[in-house]
Amino acid sequence: MPVKPMAIETTDSSVKSRFDSVVEVLATANEPKTGDELAGIAAESDAKRVAAKRVLAGMRLETLRENPVVPYEEDEVTRVIQDGVREPIYDELKDWTVADLREFLVDSATGEREIAAIRPGLTSEMIAAVTKLMSNLDLVLATSKMEVTARCNTTVGESGTLSFRLQPNDPADDVENMVSAIREGLAYGVGDAVIGVNPVADSVETTTRILEATHEFIDDWDVPTQNCCLAHVTTQMDAMRQGAPADLVFQSLAGTEAGNDEFGVDVDLLDEAYDLARRRCTSSGPNVMYFETGQGAELSGDAHHGVDQLTLEARCYGLAKQYDPFLVNTVVGFIGPEYLYDGQQVIRAGLEDVFMGQLHGLSMGIDACYTNHIQADQNDIENLAVLLAAAGTNYFITVPMGDDVMLNYQSNSYHDAGALWELFDLEPAPAFRDWLAEMGLWHNGRLTDRAGDPTIFA
Amino acid sequence: MTPDSNANATDPTDDRTDAETLRRVADRTPTRLDVGRAGPRPPTDALLEFREDHGLARDAVFSRVDDSLVDDLDLVTLRTRVADADQYLARPDLGRELAEESITRLHEECSETPGVQIVVSDGLSSTAVETSVPELLPVLKDGLAERDIDVGTPVFVEFGRVDVMDVIGEELAADCCVILIGERPGLRTAESLSAYFVYGPERGGPTAEKSVVSNIHDSGLPPVEAGAELVDLLANVLEQEASGIDLREDDREFETES
Ligand code: B12
Repeated sequence: MPVKPMAIETTDSSVKSRFDSVVEVLATANEPKTGDELAGIAAESDAKRVAAKRVLAGMRLETLRENPVVPYEEDEVTRVIQDGVREPIYDELKDWTVADLREFLVDSATGEREIAAIRPGLTSEMIAAVTKLMSNLDLVLATSKMEVTARCNTTVGESGTLSFRLQPNDPADDVENMVSAIREGLAYGVGDAVIGVNPVADSVETTTRILEATHEFIDDWDVPTQNCCLAHVTTQMDAMRQGAPADLVFQSLAGTEAGNDEFGVDVDLLDEAYDLARRRCTSSGPNVMYFETGQGAELSGDAHHGVDQLTLEARCYGLAKQYDPFLVNTVVGFIGPEYLYDGQQVIRAGLEDVFMGQLHGLSMGIDACYTNHIQADQNDIENLAVLLAAAGTNYFITVPMGDDVMLNYQSNSYHDAGALWELFDLEPAPAFRDWLAEMGLWHNGRLTDRAGDPTIFA
Repeated sequence: MTPDSNANATDPTDDRTDAETLRRVADRTPTRLDVGRAGPRPPTDALLEFREDHGLARDAVFSRVDDSLVDDLDLVTLRTRVADADQYLARPDLGRELAEESITRLHEECSETPGVQIVVSDGLSSTAVETSVPELLPVLKDGLAERDIDVGTPVFVEFGRVDVMDVIGEELAADCCVILIGERPGLRTAESLSAYFVYGPERGGPTAEKSVVSNIHDSGLPPVEAGAELVDLLANVLEQEASGIDLREDDREFETES
């Protein structure tokens, strides 16, 4: 890929702003985020922000393809994204402007079929660019058109369904407490996306213990779902090599090679993990990988190359796509106010991330969350959950009463599942829904009165 | 209608035994279990308790470690480049750098080339430092001393981030550096402390080459046990001359793929 330095002038004569590079246009066009301010690349005024959006609107997709935000020679994430483009489809799109792409996505005549037809020709930078032109309602509308399904033991993402990850973390890695939290969650009907545990101790021993306990519970009660232990990928691989039962393999991703280096992973290692997962996972697949991402992780590791956090987030999805994952979710609002300041920024980033993930063709969900040091509260993430349920996200993370006592942050509550299904007339994944019905927890498209009572799993 | 009305339940259960079981389950975990529901929503009490705890957790972020505690623990006080609590939250980069005077002070008051340099920092919760460090620190210091490991002069850093240990360790040419730092406060507890450690600390060293023991508090890993565990871990770091992912790779027993 040739990398041409470029200078761009806005076509709008009333705006005299000038930008030096595509990277700068992308950063300046971003909706306000403290992370971009911290990096010193945010628009210094709203006028400048809009000027950049105008330049971006008129930019051809070809310009974005030819100016990846981190050079091809320097970064393996760029190489994965660029080499994954299907050239004939790209050739048909390259003369579109970013504005054309936005208007195509929101057009009433455009549905999943039409979007699927252009997906292989898009790069992460193009997807990031169009996101910057879209309003919140644009994002919800466009996301709602996309239907990306994925299959492990259950299928997520089918229209009319909304799935949930059950996250039973414990600050002492006490497996008995985890199982109690699993019982309670299943009684509320959550857990069809995955029963996924973050371990405190990143060891093969703990990982194995958690995988075995969750696997055994799933087996005993014949629950149509999958387990996962979110230790570092190398720990999971070692555990699996020694026979630990994992249905999915997990890893956090960053949008640059340097960012992944901070996380202790690279493309070779991910390839190795994917290969191992396909041969050793206890699930029926075909989709056996699980990734988490979130705006700000690259800057936190000083691995952002002067690129804005939304564009870097898009690149995480470009990398994830390589591994046909069953689940990908942003953990929006997880790190702190230095990247997303308040509820407004968290909601915006959540809508952006799910849209970008789905436009990449990923089975995308969200951990809609906040920490106690940002300016947000439970109301903000309940708002976000309503917006994203309307947008048709594949799944949400849920924890008991919204409080994760190990990771020290708040996410959606087990309770939110029932409310969202009721509000939007949605159901869990079909096999899981049938199982809930057998357990007396689901009837006539609703949770029954028995729901919420964990003693049925005694 | 209440969740107990059990209209669709298949087998009738003994309500009293169930209630006892549930209480036992809820009592042994810090997680909010057995909350019940009102329709699909949480009961009002549970909802209000949650909001109350959110208020308390937010306050914990802005409290400061008491000076007398730092004196009692005999720590040399240093500062990062952060001016106040608001700036601490907005500028993690400044929390990773020592103020100029503090670098001078470090060289004046601390012994150079320790085996393990110990750093204590408020991080995101001073409460964590105040509750756990007084118990943990003596166990750690004594344990390392027993193994003839030089712990140099332990320091306290106000407004610190994890990576400030790289600067301190590099300045003092420590073999290894450990930082006991307050985690972001949760709703259940603001007392959670972490110990991050690194072999061969240097400015800009990658996170992947660091290790962490987290969730040090009474319902997680109790501080005294954490102290003992850290002694073993740090001794191993010195022996293997590695931390983080490097340590793991040495430890990994690769079963050759069939
Ligand atoms: C926030 C957070 C993150 C953020 C860090 C960004 C940031 N600026 O804070 C993000 C999302 C990027 C992250 C990533 C990961 N994290 Co993390 N993280 C946390 C969390 C929730 C809070 C940390 C905190 O309060 N720090 C205190 C403040 C003052 O520190 P800081 O200087 O502002 O930020 C630094 C630390 O947060 C540190 N850090 C964060 N996570 C990790 C993980 C490891 C292994 C190390 C060495 C350092 C580290 O990096 C930051 C930048 O220097 C803890 C859970 C907890 N209860 O503590 C888990 C936790 C520390 N993370 C954990 C893990 C496993 C990871 C990952 C390895 C996951 C994965 N499979 O890839 C990655 C990669 C980490 C890396 N090598 O860079 C585990 C560690 C388990 C262990 N004993 O090794 C914990 C305990 C959570 C868990 N139980 O799953 N994490």
